[in-house]
Amino acid sequence: MNMVMMVARRLLHAFILILAVLVLNFLLIHLAPGDPADVIAGEMGGATEEMMADIRKTYGLDKPIYVQLGVYLGRALQGDLGQSFFYNTPVLSLILGRAGATILLVTTALLFAIFVGTFLGVLASHKPKGIVSGLVTLVSVIGYSAPIFWTGLMLIIMFAWVYPIFPISNMFDITKDYGFFGYILDVLHHLVLPSLTLGIVYLAQYARLTRASMLEILSSDYIRTARAKGVSETKIYGHHALRNAILPVVTIAGLQFGSIISGAVLVETVFSWPGLGTLAFDSILARDYPTVLGILFFSSVLVIVANLLTDLVYRIVDPRIRSGG
Amino acid sequence: MSVTEKPLIVQSQSPAREAMRAFRQSWAGMLGIIFLTIVVLFTYVGPFLYPVDPFEIVWAPLTPPGEILLAPLGTDYLGRDILAGLIHGGSATLFVGLAAGFITITIGILVGAFAGFFRGAVDEFLMRITEFFQVLPALLFAMVLVTLFTPTIYVVSFAIGIVSWPTTARLTRAEFFRIRSLEYVNAARSVGAKNGRIMWRVILPNALAPLIVSATLTIGIAILFEAGLSFLGLGDPNMFSWGLMIGAGREYILDAWWSVTFPGFMIFLTVLSFSLVGDGLNDAFNPKLRER
Repeated sequence: MNMVMMVARRLLHAFILILAVLVLNFLLIHLAPGDPADVIAGEMGGATEEMMADIRKTYGLDKPIYVQLGVYLGRALQGDLGQSFFYNTPVLSLILGRAGATILLVTTALLFAIFVGTFLGVLASHKPKGIVSGLVTLVSVIGYSAPIFWTGLMLIIMFAWVYPIFPISNMFDITKDYGFFGYILDVLHHLVLPSLTLGIVYLAQYARLTRASMLEILSSDYIRTARAKGVSETKIYGHHALRNAILPVVTIAGLQFGSIISGAVLVETVFSWPGLGTLAFDSILARDYPTVLGILFFSSVLVIVANLLTDLVYRIVDPRIRSGG
Repeated sequence: MSVTEKPLIVQSQSPAREAMRAFRQSWAGMLGIIFLTIVVLFTYVGPFLYPVDPFEIVWAPLTPPGEILLAPLGTDYLGRDILAGLIHGGSATLFVGLAAGFITITIGILVGAFAGFFRGAVDEFLMRITEFFQVLPALLFAMVLVTLFTPTIYVVSFAIGIVSWPTTARLTRAEFFRIRSLEYVNAARSVGAKNGRIMWRVILPNALAPLIVSATLTIGIAILFEAGLSFLGLGDPNMFSWGLMIGAGREYILDAWWSVTFPGFMIFLTVLSFSLVGDGLNDAFNPKLRER
């Protein structure tokens, strides 16, 4: 199968998944106890009789269920995810306004985890019974077993009391007035603790993964050949081995995007980071269902896109599977 | 090795007994069992030894630990006893962890077994469904389910189970894939065993080892999930839980570190114990690792 066909197939696949998420959203609205119109309006009692009548008409709630599904899908595919009666704005613009903060947090955490994780993994593979190896195991045990919001809160205690060098909430300081670069620096300063909290879980996983694949690769024939040729150790680690060891890490990272978004919901809540997670939390408290379901849909699309990109990049980077189906 | 004073005779042992022996030799597994025993005793025997109502206001709010004997671990923002909260917060967490773990394993094994055994169109169809559940951000989906329906511990368990099964399904499928073409399966087929018998009586028992390891890890993940939902205030409002304590104490974290640190440590200890037991079981079931 050639490259174009493969990409087309993957795209179709992604599209079907997106449709499936929409159908799920539709089912949730109808399976929830009570009137679907109530769910769409949100149960905050703000909707008037006229609004309710309007909702029934727009979504065709008096028509048969398959017509309703058609109407719902048609609207959603045109980018209409409904109206938030709590925030009094279209759901999509509400989500797009917050998505940037979440994507910034998630990608920073991921990059941090990938870079530091592989670095520690390589160090650990150099001395499998050394201090770094033990440290990696310890951090991964903590990262795996400690609730992520608790890790965040512990960091807050540490950095608010012991070393007050990082801000512990929000994305920037609204009281300060500075230029564009000052703003960027301020955001980065605020980003440190949330991305550290989110990244630490994955960092340890990637370090262990890198260590395992490095150990396997370092005992392989082509590394022995390289050593026999007299290639320096630095070059063997950095050039020959790491290149192959980093592949599984990138793949896993791409596939973990969904779980990282779940973690981000909690981390955002802890650090009052103004992203989709805090929006989801606030909308759930306000019973603003269109926004909640919109966020579920939007983040699923993010995961689908991330998986698609990982898959494509993986195929391009690894020549062994480039020709295969 | 103090046990090997008997004459060295190679005895045939049942695999289960051999695994038990290997498990006892794994320090991770034993440490996990010890921690788990501590947590279980604390949760189920604690209420009799320390009969304080976790909802009752016992002393001034935000009393630090060690200040008064009445509330040795301090009080929360309402003046409720932290130690009593820790003791009573475990049962909901453990229940949800076990129930959600059970749901996860059941769905996962069913889906994975059918996909791996029948392959072809069945596999294709079931794997598409699995993939669909994998792209849904699990916590968000569980949050939606819990909000749309009433948040009882049963709904919470169900919500966690329904978002977590794909990993188990993939693992089961891979095991069924591998085992179904082995000789003893062919032998069973040649003596006329039906598909159902081959799946559940021949293949499943042989696929069980990695599934049991993954089940213990699944319980740990489910506990973290429950804690996250309770922390967000989306757990069962009638149950006291560690996650709920952290969520409530969050606002006062800079005045009362103890109100979030202790409950979080309990969650950590519980999840850690399950993951250590999983490590121990992995060592026990995996003969290749045993010789280390």
